[in-house]
Amino acid sequence: MLPPEFLQWFASRGWQPRAHQLALLDHAARGESVLLVAPTGGGKTLAGFLPTLIDLAGRHAFKLSASRAGRSRKSSLHTLYISPLKALAVDVARNLDAPIAEMNLAVMVETRTGDTSAARRQRQRHTPPDILLTTPEQLGLLLAHPRAPQMFENLKTVVLDELHALANSKRGDLLALGLARLSTLAPGHRRVGLSATVKDPAPLQRFLMPQPMEGEALSAIVIAKGGAKPRIEISASDSYVPWAGHLARHAMLDVMAAIHDAKTALIFVNTRSQAERTFQELWAVNDSNLPIALHHGSLAIEQRRKVEAAMARGALRAVVCTSTLDLGIDWGAVDKVICIGAPKGAARLVQRIGRANHRLDEPSAALLVPANRFEVLECHAARDAVLAGELDGERQKAGGLDVLAQHVLGTACAAPFDATALFMEVRSASPYAHLTREDFDAVVEFVATGGYALRRYDRYARLRKNDQGRYRLAHPRLAQEYRLNAGVIVEDPMVEIRLQSKGRPAGAGGRKLGELEEYFIEQLSPGDTFVFAGDVLRFEGLRETGAFVTKTSDPNAQIPSYNGGKFPLSTFLAQRVREMVSAPEGWHKLPEPVQEWLKIQEWRSVIPKPGQLLVETFPRGNRHYLVCYPFEGRLAHQTLGMLLTRRLERGRYHPLGFVANEYALAVWAAKDMSSEKDGGNANMDALFDEDMLGDDLDNWLAESNLYKRTFRNCAIIAGLIQRRFPGKEKSSRQVTFSSDLIYDVLREHEPDHVLLRATYQDAGTGLLDIARLGDMLARVKKRIVTRRLDRVSPLAVPALLEISREMVAGAVDEAILHENEDALIRDAMRVE
Amino acid sequence: MRCVWNNDLLIDVNGETLLLDACGAAFSAAHSTLIFSDLHFEKGSSYARGRQFLPPYDTTNTLLRMARAVARHNPARIIALGDSFHDRDAADRLGPEERGMLDALAAGAQFVWIAGNHDPHPPAWLGGDITEIFRMGGLTFRHEPLAAFEPGEVAGHLHPCASVAKWGRSVRRRCFVSDGLRMILPSFGAYTGGLDVGEAAIASLFAGPFHAYMLGNSRVYAIPRRVAV
Repeated sequence: MLPPEFLQWFASRGWQPRAHQLALLDHAARGESVLLVAPTGGGKTLAGFLPTLIDLAGRHAFKLSASRAGRSRKSSLHTLYISPLKALAVDVARNLDAPIAEMNLAVMVETRTGDTSAARRQRQRHTPPDILLTTPEQLGLLLAHPRAPQMFENLKTVVLDELHALANSKRGDLLALGLARLSTLAPGHRRVGLSATVKDPAPLQRFLMPQPMEGEALSAIVIAKGGAKPRIEISASDSYVPWAGHLARHAMLDVMAAIHDAKTALIFVNTRSQAERTFQELWAVNDSNLPIALHHGSLAIEQRRKVEAAMARGALRAVVCTSTLDLGIDWGAVDKVICIGAPKGAARLVQRIGRANHRLDEPSAALLVPANRFEVLECHAARDAVLAGELDGERQKAGGLDVLAQHVLGTACAAPFDATALFMEVRSASPYAHLTREDFDAVVEFVATGGYALRRYDRYARLRKNDQGRYRLAHPRLAQEYRLNAGVIVEDPMVEIRLQSKGRPAGAGGRKLGELEEYFIEQLSPGDTFVFAGDVLRFEGLRETGAFVTKTSDPNAQIPSYNGGKFPLSTFLAQRVREMVSAPEGWHKLPEPVQEWLKIQEWRSVIPKPGQLLVETFPRGNRHYLVCYPFEGRLAHQTLGMLLTRRLERGRYHPLGFVANEYALAVWAAKDMSSEKDGGNANMDALFDEDMLGDDLDNWLAESNLYKRTFRNCAIIAGLIQRRFPGKEKSSRQVTFSSDLIYDVLREHEPDHVLLRATYQDAGTGLLDIARLGDMLARVKKRIVTRRLDRVSPLAVPALLEISREMVAGAVDEAILHENEDALIRDAMRVE
Repeated sequence: MRCVWNNDLLIDVNGETLLLDACGAAFSAAHSTLIFSDLHFEKGSSYARGRQFLPPYDTTNTLLRMARAVARHNPARIIALGDSFHDRDAADRLGPEERGMLDALAAGAQFVWIAGNHDPHPPAWLGGDITEIFRMGGLTFRHEPLAAFEPGEVAGHLHPCASVAKWGRSVRRRCFVSDGLRMILPSFGAYTGGLDVGEAAIASLFAGPFHAYMLGNSRVYAIPRRVAV
């Protein structure tokens, strides 16, 4: 199957072509699109490119003889490679250099990212390389250019790397629409998807194929043999396991010891504030001054690049990082992955563990460090799942209408389009396979004139119909605006953090430390302290140019709750944790304090059976509490909390507030929320009835800040709000009107507008997890177990210790948790 | 957008008593005068000319809220404190319904249109008086506050907003600003953003302590400057 020069090259490296690499060649020979599912270190990328290299090598031989005959070689793009990270594209380009140079192939490989010079981009359009490596955003921009048909007409192959990380997101929608366009420009090109192991590959197989009007089309699939099973340890102590918190301070010496034992360790945490704290805690016990660095998305880009470069040089022993390093280029030296806190999902854990040891046949080594009791359960559940080869499934979302709006404008930038032809093309993209013509037309109308029932803007239209009835761009300037605003990654408005010397007035000078979300900064008062970029900082004031801070030696910084990289607990893992709690026969595997905790819970209250939802009520202080344990993640619990308190308010229970964590929701009220009869079951069935997802949800959404943020994101992606204008590149902070005000007016005057529909669709799976809440309410219907207790139960303690909270509107009450932790735990664990 | 008449706040500005309505208007009972600032009619269509299609309902929304305030206070005079129109042609872009709503307001009260920087020459067909400065009792109305102190000055232009933070959350609202001698009104237009009272453009107008009167859903909250962020 391999041509001689390739066989020799493999041999010269001491390699054997792997079975999946040959299988991909086979599919290529038949012109088939194919999904390759393989673990890290499996030679996945080379597998994707081999058919291209072989084809180009053969064509090269032919072309050489042709050019001898006097014809010059016309350059054309053969293979397009798309990766979610530009760093990955650059790295792959480097890796392709070796086979190309060593086999002396005349193959031109180039990358195209935001960093590519304007001159080179220009040249790439006219004289493309054989292989172009780029990102979904750049593909969108290439397709929005009038020369796109010429550039792509000879395209043979598209390679989609890390497809599992792109599909089923807005970037995936953008990519799917781009691929649909490519199907029209280069009919018959084939696609190769490269993916980490996923629970259900069918959605990815669909993603690779143009979907027919009826039924569905799946690509071929090749599943590579799995590598060695990872070695996963869970740090645990039989003497002390914290009740709450996410910092694992108690385990820092264990973590330090693990760093000592490793060549290089990656230390993953879930949020940026956790990264900051962990970094500090580690340095506090870093007696041998090991080089340990910090890496997260809020740090200044130069600082991140420095850390990455030091890592590549092998100058670091450990990096504390967030999901910013979940994906990325291979660092050969990493031989240990340490995950602090909850794993959140089995697939995420596999991904992170895969960052250590890129050789397929050796086991990767990982250490999980749970920070509290529930996290101990979650770590065990995640390890069991990974070792059993089971992974989280993902809810498949429909393609976003906001992304579609961006694509429609981009399409018009390239050439006038026929609405029906574009509709058919869009429907062939799997996320949009069920798009209705009504929605499509509404999106086109939105792009053209805003799509308002009150047709006031027709004379300013962005799209107009030409003589052939095709939509054309009304003004060439719009193409320029499109290029400036394209893309579906919407950052929260950020504020620069500037460090100034003590004693100077806020706003004077200041070195930039990085950026933080505006909403975090806005909730600080001057004098508040927080940890950022590895230091404790004192907030001095917010000015137009940024947030000004000074360094302080106060060790008791307020812990920032800046949110970057917060993922919900996966549905699959939640299920496994629930099963673990419900199965006392397996508790012996757990550390002693956790066993004791569950046993006293069993004795004092009840351990819910699989499928049941436990609801406990008890008095404490002069409040009445209701605590339930859905294990559906904080987002879904917060939404549930808002809805329950609304309902309790109507029932005159005077709810005063609630707290939500990943596992439980606690509501407190002035009145007892259970009823005397039947232990309160009828009461709870009514309270948790699914119909709360109707009007209550709608009313709450109207006011919810999370929902308004969702609207803002949709409005920006759809192009209602522009981030940048030609000539004056505004930062998002300086947008001259507030998306909240637009939301209020639109909702009041045209509640069915397509952008509000896009927002609702987004909220279902995004920030608010409404879909998941709906599934949960349906699942527990008639399966609610109620316990009226005389005091707090062991299982309830972590929720009550949780600080994050949403106050019930109109009943603001600051007296939440005056009591100290010790008294609470003593009451919960008292067995008399 | 809600506007419930309830718990309105009374304050003194240079000896005149003004009622601060939670919708963002001020009312002088002594002079039967209702004051709005920075209505910015047709801001939406102004952006539409640059092909950003904000919902075309801002003028209607603003007029509806004005009409509700007028119904509550039944004033003999309405002062629009400048920047009533977002740009020079904005008045020409009003739809027939919006003009009708405006005419209805004008029919029941004497309008005083103060010229602003966005609308230096409000169209004559509006009816009522068009002026740069209007004096009433101890108060002087103009669009943009003078840097020099003039007791009794009531102005707009700055779109003041204030934030209060507590329990890890913050609330930002439009507000009136006053130290008892002069006052800045919040902007009333549906799409008008705001400037924090801590910014020099606002804070420097007041030599001593002042209050931000923040607009709640149904009442106005008096927040001392040192509390507002």
